[in-house]
Amino acid sequence: MKSSRFDYALLIAGFLALWQLVHWAVGPDVVSSPWATIARAVELLRTKTFWTHIDATATAFGVASVLSIAAGIAIGLWLGLRRFAGDVADPILGTLYSIPKITLYPIILLTFGLGISAKIAFGVIHGIFPIAIFTMNAVRNVAPVYHRTARVMGLSSVTTAATIMAPAALPEILAGIRVGVALTLLGTLIGELFASTSGLGFALIRAMDVHAVVDILAITLLLFIFAAGVNATLRLVERWARHGG
Amino acid sequence: MVRRRFGLTKVGAARLAFVFSLLAALELLCRFGIIDRVTMIPPSEMATSLWGILQSGRFNGDIFFTLYNVIAAAVVAIALGFFLGAALHAFPRLRRPLVPLLSAYYAIPTFVFYPLLIVAFGIGRAALIVMGAMFGVVAMIVNTTLGLDHVPPVVAKTGAIMKLDRLRQLILVRLPSAAPHLVTGVKLAVAYSVIGIVAGEFILATSGIGKRIAFSYDNFDNKTMYGMLLLLLIGVMIINGALSAWEKRLHRRFGQR
Repeated sequence: MKSSRFDYALLIAGFLALWQLVHWAVGPDVVSSPWATIARAVELLRTKTFWTHIDATATAFGVASVLSIAAGIAIGLWLGLRRFAGDVADPILGTLYSIPKITLYPIILLTFGLGISAKIAFGVIHGIFPIAIFTMNAVRNVAPVYHRTARVMGLSSVTTAATIMAPAALPEILAGIRVGVALTLLGTLIGELFASTSGLGFALIRAMDVHAVVDILAITLLLFIFAAGVNATLRLVERWARHGG
Repeated sequence: MVRRRFGLTKVGAARLAFVFSLLAALELLCRFGIIDRVTMIPPSEMATSLWGILQSGRFNGDIFFTLYNVIAAAVVAIALGFFLGAALHAFPRLRRPLVPLLSAYYAIPTFVFYPLLIVAFGIGRAALIVMGAMFGVVAMIVNTTLGLDHVPPVVAKTGAIMKLDRLRQLILVRLPSAAPHLVTGVKLAVAYSVIGIVAGEFILATSGIGKRIAFSYDNFDNKTMYGMLLLLLIGVMIINGALSAWEKRLHRRFGQR
């Protein structure tokens, strides 16, 4: 534990040193120095308008995540339990997952207009497919011997689902949620970049318009810390489901 | 053996029927004005628009601009990602703290750095290629380390027993064994390079498919916009489909792991 903490410290120190070197190499018009950026990030966190942006992004991201997870799991369960429908849908889902959703921004804009619904829609189209795919595979990959064991024990279908299927499929579903939530954040931010008047994405596009380098880097740094935090938390939940649950 | 009729399995036929009925439904919704023309033109008109674009060749400059940039960015992302991934695999202490950071990378719209790249490289190919490579490289890093992780110890030991030197072990033993994951990395690196470049073209560029789509969107030219969108989606699906097929074949050959 102690050595891993040391590794983290070393990594962060190395990262900051590299950042500083890049800053020296390319100049403040391209990359602001780490200290200036961190100071700016702290300063932003103290202003009220910045928190309204955080609020707007958090709301859209929260709603989009809930929708992605609920719909993704529902679709995945249904396709996982029905062999034929799953076989039919599998490559279609894969294709939908892989197309660059950013290209669809004109369609989303024309359909939803500027505002929170466009952001949420953008988040959901990014997050729903990985969750559906992971859930479908999770259900399909439950070992047949589990099903047979349940039948031998004479369990009802509800008990089977609750005590056998769910624990067996849960770790993989959680992995899908981890991937899906990260992409939902990306989608929400893309929606804000191109289709909104509030939120961190909007703050970013405004910083881009006036070429406020330090603001771009400060906001991105905060977003990155947030995303890494969410990711690490979901990883812990996943590990708990795999081993401790 | 699965029974086939007209060269199609039952699943394949159902899939085709499903996709076609979706397209037909969309076509009808557009034709009857339930989806208005300002929002979306019927799929058949998208196809004729695309056909017209390809036949007249008026956007060939944009199309080849984007294609060239995607290829360049993907090559850079794959080569650099492979090198960095292999290096990371060799240093597990460096890698452990990096893992959560690497998976958080794709939650951030990296193309917010695009304006900085324009300052550094000027408007043009270089900034777009760097943007695409930046977006693609992490997927290749992650999948290279995963692939090298999955080389079975017995395979590595066999290489050692045969007294291969390190380079030969890498080329003859480890790489083929890691190939399925490497192809997954290639597939994702290409997909993310496309996203990075098209996003850059949306934001600011002199030409390219993304630039053309954004320009026709701003000018309410839905016909051109949907034609180019269709072209982009079909192109991505073809590339992705080909790489997926390759990936599947390798997985079958080297066993699902």
